[in-house]
Amino acid sequence: MSDLDAFRAEVRAWLEANCPAEMREPIREEGDVCWGGRNWVFKNDAQKQWLEACAAKGYTVPDWPKAYGGAGLTPEQTKIFKQEMKRIHARSPLDSFGIWMLGPALLQFGTEEQKVQYLNPIARGEIRWCQGYSEPGSGSDLVSLQTFGEDKGDHWVVNGSKIWTSYADQADWIFCLVRTDKANKYQGITFMLFDMASKGVTTKPILLISGNSPFCETFFDDVEVPKTQFIGEINRGWDVAKYLLGHEREMISGGGAGGDMISIGGAFAKAFGKNAAGELDDPILRAEMAAFDVDVFAYRAMGERFMDMWKTGRAHPASSNMMKYVGTELNKRRHELVMSGGGSEALEWDSEETKGGARARGWLRTKANSIEGGTSEVMLNVIAKRILDLPGA
Amino acid sequence: MPLYHNDDQAMLKDSVAPFVAEQAPVSHLRKLRDSADATGFSRDLWAQFTEMGLPGMLVPEAHGGLGMGHMEAGIVLEEIGRNLTPSPFLSTSVGAVAALAKAGGTQAGRWLPAIASGEAIVALAIDEGAKHRPDRIATTATRAGNGFRLDGKKSFVLHGHVADMSIVAAKTDGGVTLFAVPKDAKGLTADARRLVDSSLASHVTLDGVEVDSDAVIGEVDAGGDILDALLAATRTGAAAEMVGVGQGAMDMTVTYLKERKQFGKLIGEFQGLQHRAAHLYGEMEVARATVMKAQQLLDEGSEGAKLMVSVAKAKAGRAANLAVREGVQMHGGIGMTDEYDIGLYMKRDRALAEYMGDVHYHIDQVARMNGY
Ligand SMILES: Cc1cc2nc3c(=O)[nH]c(=O)nc-3n(C[C@H](O)[C@H](O)[C@H](O)COP(=O)(O)OP(=O)(O)OC[C@H]3O[C@@H](n4cnc5c(N)ncnc54)[C@H](O)[C@@H]3O)c2cc1C
Ligand SMILES: Cc1cc2nc3c(=O)[nH]c(=O)nc-3n(C[C@H](O)[C@H](O)[C@H](O)COP(=O)(O)OP(=O)(O)OC[C@H]3O[C@@H](n4cnc5c(N)ncnc54)[C@H](O)[C@@H]3O)c2cc1C
Repeated sequence: MSDLDAFRAEVRAWLEANCPAEMREPIREEGDVCWGGRNWVFKNDAQKQWLEACAAKGYTVPDWPKAYGGAGLTPEQTKIFKQEMKRIHARSPLDSFGIWMLGPALLQFGTEEQKVQYLNPIARGEIRWCQGYSEPGSGSDLVSLQTFGEDKGDHWVVNGSKIWTSYADQADWIFCLVRTDKANKYQGITFMLFDMASKGVTTKPILLISGNSPFCETFFDDVEVPKTQFIGEINRGWDVAKYLLGHEREMISGGGAGGDMISIGGAFAKAFGKNAAGELDDPILRAEMAAFDVDVFAYRAMGERFMDMWKTGRAHPASSNMMKYVGTELNKRRHELVMSGGGSEALEWDSEETKGGARARGWLRTKANSIEGGTSEVMLNVIAKRILDLPGA
Repeated sequence: MPLYHNDDQAMLKDSVAPFVAEQAPVSHLRKLRDSADATGFSRDLWAQFTEMGLPGMLVPEAHGGLGMGHMEAGIVLEEIGRNLTPSPFLSTSVGAVAALAKAGGTQAGRWLPAIASGEAIVALAIDEGAKHRPDRIATTATRAGNGFRLDGKKSFVLHGHVADMSIVAAKTDGGVTLFAVPKDAKGLTADARRLVDSSLASHVTLDGVEVDSDAVIGEVDAGGDILDALLAATRTGAAAEMVGVGQGAMDMTVTYLKERKQFGKLIGEFQGLQHRAAHLYGEMEVARATVMKAQQLLDEGSEGAKLMVSVAKAKAGRAANLAVREGVQMHGGIGMTDEYDIGLYMKRDRALAEYMGDVHYHIDQVARMNGY
């Protein structure tokens, strides 16, 4: 037996012994996702038990080094771990911006002290982070941001506001882009970290078209941030931000095509009934769904190739933009089909049978996929310039 | 297995890519076309392919080949696609080899070494109408004397008029049977037609063709699995070639966007074109990954291969089609001229799209395999 086979057997046995049955069910609603943090209320014992078991083993962040709360797995081992998780339909033990975005940036740019201090609580699900990038006047053109940190010797005093800060009202800490030099556009931004409980931080929820409100406007009113709480170099936060956005896109595109990516047509055949030939009883929708299935299975292959290449440094640095673009557009198409397939039932907004209009709300939520983390148009700009090397701007 | 080329495969690509580009660039196709060549490919070039061991890549080593996989064959096919190289590689070295190697027996012993040594060209006589419908084979094989008598008509048989042997799929009493029909069989005629991409494909007539019982590839009535192997290999190969065609067209187009000036700017500066080019890039990358996945699953003998093969043929079909359409459009008027190569890409794509099942056929297969 090769080392990898042995590793697979070990993971399989561990999952068998440690993953509760309730955690092998598909995610059905928002509360099924475990975000962790100081104020987290576990949905049930199984969710708590699953997080603790994984955290103890380093499996919330399997490829991070052991010193920072990970399991220190190689890319091949990580792939096997994920395959085995998928095989038993295990839920992710912990989802967080700390894992997806801040963690990789810290691993790349943080000091040893910062890594130990911030990464371990992320891995254990103790501190929940939010991302303070966008501002009312700075979305796609992020580098135009205005939130300002005034130099006061050993600390900054931060004033300004952020918008679309996902879960700002539930997060413990924020990683934030702050202008620290007004004269220099790109090299005048610092990547700061601070506690959302700091004096002068307030949040206000924003209601979305889905009827949910996981987003906030975030206001900073003379917030004091110690000079130790920045990553990378002062005024060079843009480098960190860009690196982190790559990971954000990797994450969004990974989920982009929708979890397990099972055939969509197969799921709807029951609702429609089949004709004598055993085909879904709406030929046009059948064709659209099958064409979509082709794209989903194809995207899954792309996802595998992208990860294989990304993890071994073979991928073009901007290829995460392509994954984000293709994956999010695909996910929007999926939800259009889910609504068509669901017919009038999918329109129900708050009935018990529809789990509070989960399909309709989910459909509306996906419209943000091609906006959040950089819009599709901006992704195409980046591909055109950085990968295809087309001229201009 | 990671989904990128390993060192050996990368080395293969490094030797095949410049070889095909130098020996058989698009001008090679033009020369054959303009001289109204009657073979459909260059025998000299095939001899050079043979020197490199390419015809027998997929042939098992026991039969004199290199015993490589679909991933490796795909590397060659992509370069063939990129350069629009006319060649019997897909039918002979991929489709026929897959069938013969799967079947084993007399015909494998007879033909596999001949393919590996570059001596034999093999045609695949499967389709019978304008569209690919392998489940509706009407050609019959009836027992006669020591062997069989074949009657029927086959269409879209690439290299049918020059092949040393044709693999013919026919109905027998209890199922489908594949036959190895040699070139000189009495009653076999091939009427070669020039296609839009300048290749030659034949309408083949089997009029009481008599073959011995050892012409059967595999077992009588049990040709279904062998036909499936042939189809899976050929479809995947065609998809790989389409990725090459699409990539070639895209590269030409992106280059043109950086050269052509209108309104005082390089046209590649216009966002309307940038976004379409970037979208095309994404589609091509996805298609490439999908084809590689199908190749990998075929090489592993995985159960999931059948689904992925149809996904790959459909996805590569869509992506390459987008590449050639955008290619001609973004070249403006010059893209419509015969002198410019981009139109040749559009023509080759159309022929490959139709070969062994078009996009719609394979989308339909995907629906069926998923139970709707
Ligand atoms: C659900 C959701 C969650 C989010 N979470 C967070 C978060 O946690 N933290 C955070 O900081 N931000 C977050 N965002 C903000 C997000 O990053 C921005 O919305 C996004 O960057 C777009 O900026 P904008 O909304 O200002 O749109 P704008 O930049 O005003 O864009 C408007 C339109 O113009 C197009 N456009 C803009 N520039 C160009 C160009 N150069 N070429 C072509 N088209 C262009 C855009 O594509 C878009 O279609 C979130 C957004 C959403 C919807
Ligand atoms: C079959 C045929 C018959 C013709 N007959 C005649 C005739 O009888 N008389 C005559 O005078 N002309 C004729 N034309 C020429 C025709 O009008 C031009 O081909 C056409 O105007 C496009 O110009 P171009 O070919 O130089 O392409 P280009 O202008 O070089 O365009 C190349 C590509 O760039 C795009 N592009 C260019 N500018 C922009 C921009 N600002 N923003 C976004 N995209 C842009 C174009 O849409 C195109 O996709 C004919 C052309 C053809 C193909």
